Amino acid sequence: MQHRVIGALCAMAVMGGVFAQTPRKPAAKPAAQAAPAPTAEAKDAATLEFEKFRAEMEDSNPAELFEAKGEEFWKSRHGPKNVSLAESCDLGQGVGKIEGAYVKMPRYFADADSVMDAERRIVWCMVEKQGFKFDDIAKRPFANENFTPDITNLVTYVAGHSRSMKVDVPLKDPKVREAYEIGKEMAAYRAGPYDFSCNTCHGSDGKRIRMQNLPNLSTPKGAMSGVQGWPGYRMTGGVMLTHQWRMGDCFRQQRFPQPKYASDAVAYLLTYMIGNANGEVYKGPGIKR
Amino acid sequence: MTKNILLTAIATSLLMAALPAAADPAHRAQAVAVIKKDFQPRGQASLDRLAEDGLQAVCNRTGNKPPEYIAKGLEGDQLAGVKYPADGKLMGDWKSGERLAQSGRGFTWTDDPGLPVGGNCYNCHQIAPKELSYGTVGPSLFHFGKLRGNTLEMQKYVYSKIYNAKAYNLCSEMPRFGHVGALNEKQIKDLVALLLDPESPVNK
Ligand code: HEC
Ligand code: HEC
Repeated sequence: MQHRVIGALCAMAVMGGVFAQTPRKPAAKPAAQAAPAPTAEAKDAATLEFEKFRAEMEDSNPAELFEAKGEEFWKSRHGPKNVSLAESCDLGQGVGKIEGAYVKMPRYFADADSVMDAERRIVWCMVEKQGFKFDDIAKRPFANENFTPDITNLVTYVAGHSRSMKVDVPLKDPKVREAYEIGKEMAAYRAGPYDFSCNTCHGSDGKRIRMQNLPNLSTPKGAMSGVQGWPGYRMTGGVMLTHQWRMGDCFRQQRFPQPKYASDAVAYLLTYMIGNANGEVYKGPGIKR
Repeated sequence: MTKNILLTAIATSLLMAALPAAADPAHRAQAVAVIKKDFQPRGQASLDRLAEDGLQAVCNRTGNKPPEYIAKGLEGDQLAGVKYPADGKLMGDWKSGERLAQSGRGFTWTDDPGLPVGGNCYNCHQIAPKELSYGTVGPSLFHFGKLRGNTLEMQKYVYSKIYNAKAYNLCSEMPRFGHVGALNEKQIKDLVALLLDPESPVNK
C-alpha cells in the first residue's frame, strides 16, 4: 500500500508531463520498487497532489478520450451481424437512447429476463444484437496497461451521457427490489480465510484501511462515493476501469474467488450499492487514485 | 482434536436450529445461491472459500449479533482450539513483529501461495507511533503494553487474541490468524512482543 502511494506520486509526475503534450498516450507504469517508506508528510503531499491533479484534469478529463472511442464504436457497425449498437441496443430508454441511461441502471430488462447494470447490458447487446461471443468478451473484460477493451470505452461513453444527473435506480420495480435485497445480503455475507464481507470494511462510517477512506455503502452519501468517478481513470498504471472491475477487486481483497463477469452476483451487488445512492448527483466518469 | 471438531459441528447444527432467523432469511438464501453459482476459482482462491464455517454461519444469520448464550459457548470452543507454544514462552522479537504487522500480503488471488503471509495489522490498527498510515477498523494498540501491563496472563490473552480473535468476540471483524494457519507460532510470539515488550516502540 505504501508502494501504491509512491506509485501514485510517480504516475502523477509522469502523467503531468504526458498529458501536457500527447494526451492520447497512457502513462507508463511507474517503477516503485526500492522506494523508502514514505513519511507522513509525503503521504499528505500525495493526497494534496492528487487533488491538484484532479482539479487540473477537470478541463481535460482523460475519460473523454475513452468516451470518444466508445462513441465511435457505438455508432458504427460491428460484429458478425454487422449492426451498430446505436440502431439496436436498448439501455432502458429506447433503442439507441443513451441520455441519462447510466444513472437509471441497474434495471430489469424483460428481453433478457434479468436485472442488469450498464456494463452487463451493453455486453448483452454486443452478444445478442451484434453476434459477438460472450466468452470472447469475458476472456479479457477489463483494461490493463497495454489494452482497453471496447466494452470499457462503451461503458465510459454511456456513463458520460449521465453527467450531472441524479442517480435513479428504479427500486419500485419488484424485480429490481428483489435484486437489491439479494445484493444487500451478499454485502453482509462473511466467508473465506479472513471471515470478511463487504460490510467488514464498508459497513460503518469513518473507517480506514491504512490511509484509504472506506465509504459506508449503506448510506446515500457513502454509497455515492462508491459510485462517483466510476468508470474511472486510474492514475496508477494509467488505465480506465469500470464498476464491474471495482467489485471484482474488492472480492479479491475480501480473499474470495473471482465473481464471474457480467453475472447476477455483480449486478445484484451493484443494484444494492447504486440503489442506495439514489437521489445523489453523478458527476460522470472521472479519475481514481 | 477431531472429537472437538465433531462436537463443534454437532453443537453448531443444533444451534442453527435454535437460532433466531436472520432478519431476511429468504433473501439470504437467495444470496447464498447466487454466490454459489456466480464465482470462479482464481489463483489460490478456490471455490471452497465461499462456504461458511459454523462460526461464519452463526454470525451471518444473526447480523453479527448472536444471542449472548450462543456467543459465549462458541467463543469457548474457539478458545479451546488455541495452541500455545510448548516451551511456554509467549514473547518473541518485536522487530520481526513490526515487519509482520506492516505486511498486508496473503490469501488474495494475486498472492503467490508459496510466499509467507503478512499480519495485516496496520490495515486495521494504529500500533507503533512512527507509522502514520494505519487503518481504523480496529482500536488503536498504541501503548498497549504500557496501559495493560505484560504479565503472563496478558501475554496469554494477546497470544490467543491474535491466534483466534473470535475466542473473545464471536463476530469480531478481526481474522483468526492462527486458527486458519495464516500465522505460525513464532510469528504470533513476535507480534505479542511488538505489543507488550517494554522495549517495543509501541510502549515508549
Ligand atoms: C478488506 C477490506 C475490504 C473489503 C472486504 C471490501 N473492500 Fe471495498 N475497498 C477497500 C479499500 C481499501 C478500497 C479503496 C478505497 C480507496 O481507493 O480510497 C475499497 C474501495 C471500494 C469501492 C470504491 C470506493 C471509491 O472511492 O470509489 C467500492 C465501490 C467498494 N470498495 C465496494 C466493495 C464491495 C461491494 C465489497 C464486497 C464485495 C467490498 N468493497 C469489500 C477495502 C475493502
Ligand atoms: C480486518 C481488521 C483487523 C485486522 C487485519 C487486525 N485486527 Fe486486531 N482487531 C480488530 C477489531 C475490529 C478489534 C476490536 C474487536 C475485537 O476485540 O475483536 C481488534 C482487536 C484487537 C486486539 C484486542 C484489543 C484489546 O483492547 O483487547 C488485539 C491485541 C489485536 N486486535 C491485535 C491485532 C494484531 C496483532 C493484528 C495483526 C496480526 C490484528 N489485530 C489485525 C480488527 C483487526
